[in-house]
Amino acid sequence: MDMPAANPATLAKRDRVLARLAEVLPAQALIRDEAERRAYECDALTAYTCLPMAVVLPGTTAEVADVLRICHEERVPVVPRGAGTSLAGGSLPTEDAIILGVARMRDVLEVHHADRIIRVQTGITNLAVTGEVESDGFFYAPDPSSQLACAIAGNIAMNSGGAHCLKYGVTTNNLLGVTLVQMDGTVVELGGAHMDATGYDLLGLVCGSEGQLGVVTEATLRILPKPEGARPVLMGFDSSEVAGACVSDIIKAGVLPVAIEFMDRPCIRACEDFAKAGYPDCEALLIVEVEGSQDEIDAQLGLITQIARRHNPVELRESQSEDESKRIWLGRKSAFGAMGNINDYMCLDGTIPVSSLPFVLRRIGEMSKEFGLDVANVFHAGDGNMHPLILFDANKPGDLELCEAFGAEILKLCVEAGGCLTGEHGVGIEKRDLMSVQFTPEDLEAQMRVKDVFDPHWLLNPAKVFPLQASATRRAA
Amino acid sequence: MRPANEEELSGMVRAARGPLVVRGGGTRSVGRPVAGEMLETGGLSGIGLYEPGALTLVVGAGTPLAEVEAALAAEGQRLPFEPMDMRALLGTEGAPTVGGMVSANASGPRRVQAGACRDSLIGVRFVDGSGTIVKNGGRVMKNVTGYDLVKLMAGAWGTLGVLSECSFKLLPVPEAQASLRSAAMPPQEAVTVMSRALGTPYEVNGAARDADGRVALRIEGFGAQVRYRLAALEEALGGEWERVEGAASADLWRGIRDVTAFAGQAGDVWRISARPSDAGEIVARADCPVVMDWGGGLIWACCAEGRDLRADLGAFRGHATLIRGSEATRAALPVFQPEPAPVAALAAGLRAKFDPRGVLNPGLMG
Repeated sequence: MDMPAANPATLAKRDRVLARLAEVLPAQALIRDEAERRAYECDALTAYTCLPMAVVLPGTTAEVADVLRICHEERVPVVPRGAGTSLAGGSLPTEDAIILGVARMRDVLEVHHADRIIRVQTGITNLAVTGEVESDGFFYAPDPSSQLACAIAGNIAMNSGGAHCLKYGVTTNNLLGVTLVQMDGTVVELGGAHMDATGYDLLGLVCGSEGQLGVVTEATLRILPKPEGARPVLMGFDSSEVAGACVSDIIKAGVLPVAIEFMDRPCIRACEDFAKAGYPDCEALLIVEVEGSQDEIDAQLGLITQIARRHNPVELRESQSEDESKRIWLGRKSAFGAMGNINDYMCLDGTIPVSSLPFVLRRIGEMSKEFGLDVANVFHAGDGNMHPLILFDANKPGDLELCEAFGAEILKLCVEAGGCLTGEHGVGIEKRDLMSVQFTPEDLEAQMRVKDVFDPHWLLNPAKVFPLQASATRRAA
Repeated sequence: MRPANEEELSGMVRAARGPLVVRGGGTRSVGRPVAGEMLETGGLSGIGLYEPGALTLVVGAGTPLAEVEAALAAEGQRLPFEPMDMRALLGTEGAPTVGGMVSANASGPRRVQAGACRDSLIGVRFVDGSGTIVKNGGRVMKNVTGYDLVKLMAGAWGTLGVLSECSFKLLPVPEAQASLRSAAMPPQEAVTVMSRALGTPYEVNGAARDADGRVALRIEGFGAQVRYRLAALEEALGGEWERVEGAASADLWRGIRDVTAFAGQAGDVWRISARPSDAGEIVARADCPVVMDWGGGLIWACCAEGRDLRADLGAFRGHATLIRGSEATRAALPVFQPEPAPVAALAAGLRAKFDPRGVLNPGLMG
């Protein structure tokens, strides 16, 4: 993975740029010291690091606008950062870039139950949004695994999903409005608390644009009434194919579970060792969760288990208590942590049509042998969003490169199967150079033209999303 | 012009020397009148792929919506967003197409729960104003690979590209539906009741106030579930409610969806998108017959011909679109809410990039 070389002319401007930034920011909002900058040299894709020129942590939209205006005038690249939990390297800086973090902007600006919205500054964490409205019986639906730490800013940048989006959709389906600061410092309001756009859906365009079109400082989010109850059922099968067929049958039967999660044997074992969730030792595990009143849950789970029985499950266990439900989910939600306990791993994020699940899993198994690296699979089966975890040894020379090559092959397989490179983590730097597998040059050109409109000088997070070669002339201009 | 496939469409757009009027079924005659050569999409028709087990559909943009709905119904599935049929309201004829529906981002009462058309649209193929074929999104429901041009195309009224293919996320048709209906009540009170209903855990997926002032609330699900939720909702809200079950409930919501109350009635029709809690005040300022949907978030207003309702409403948080009006009115008043200068500049910038020669429905959106 390459990053563009720092522009010496930009580096030479460092003192002047920092002096100008110091004029518009409080002292604590401008980080120049090398040791402190070090904390921003990477995000959750820790394999790549780079020390940024400086870090700014503005406290208001006006300060964000000042910073961007100055950087625009000085032609200094800016890399926006939420909580730094990107698995795709979305906030990896270059040496000649300023990191603009929204971590100090965490205020809740408005909660309106009748309109079912909350307006927040985007540095707030995903879980804190739900925390704000929970006692009144509401929640914010998108629930990425990192929800304790990740910021709404990053959720919007990557259009984050989560386990429950089969029913509730992803970030873009739950985002009603944003305050967007453009690279030249212009502040625009897109959307609001109403439910659709006049004119073009610029809000939809900004969501998932990986911090390349502007910096989102405030957001209006849709909140939903909490269901009366929810309960998972755990099913074990002796092959992934059978589990996949069961998922398809459940969906066809007209039940819409709120989540259908899949784990394969390596993942089940790791999670069981880590979280003691009581998972059976089998080839494939499904966690299916439904919502409603107790009676409604009974009825839906009745139907689901009836379907599951037709597929000869080796284990079929309805949660009997709140505590058991929590443990079932704890196992799944700690999957990444559990794998991290065993080894270094790389987490992929391709999506495939649900119907190709058995084929893709079989191919991944074959490829695992070819590359000599183990893979554990955990994913959102209802929507086909896969998270193969490739295990490798970071201390072994060449292992990271081998792992990346294997990962690239898996993602190409996802595209071949009719799916895509990334379902919820974003492209960042990780999948950047694979974009041409999924898109023609014309497809990419159409997307880059959007950036030309919002950020004509390509200063915002410029080395992301698009293959470096494809964006080279624009970044150089 | 009527291209038979995407290649032909591309060639025709590339060869265009003047404005093109892009037309699906011609049932959604909204926007500033455009003069130009007709480009009909009816040839780009047919269901390319339908996987009921994956809840996904890929379909040619010129496909009649009725054909799609019939295919989905055969598998007990549907488009989640309950697209409006505008024929009755606008007095148009013809068969609504998938591309027209997407270009209008047509979304009905279920918007409050299941999202708008743009939320179920997961992939597009289109030909931009230079004749270039572009694809975006795909046929999987979770996809954040690159920019989301899919959303951009939904509701762009064919001004950024001519859609050739659309992919959707689907939902199963629930076993049963039923509604509660109140006696007539004033707008503000209706919004309060609808907000309370939408704030319950009973998954109300329709909340409207009809032209006669009656509030209707819909629940869908398995039979026993609908009975339970309806009772629980009635209990939570208190007051007197009439139950409307099955086919009668479906008819009720078709009427709300298509705003049939204003079909064949004299006057212009405006569509106002607002914060529900502002709706009472907006209806008071409009001072004309209204239908409220989306719990008050969507207001259909039928007012005197030629009236600049937007000016009379003054500033509010949301926007107003002139949906039905004479050609003269639509030429005289901005059909879409004028946007603040920096937002308008972004829109103009996108138009210049996607349709540099200005041949796709030029001027339709103002």
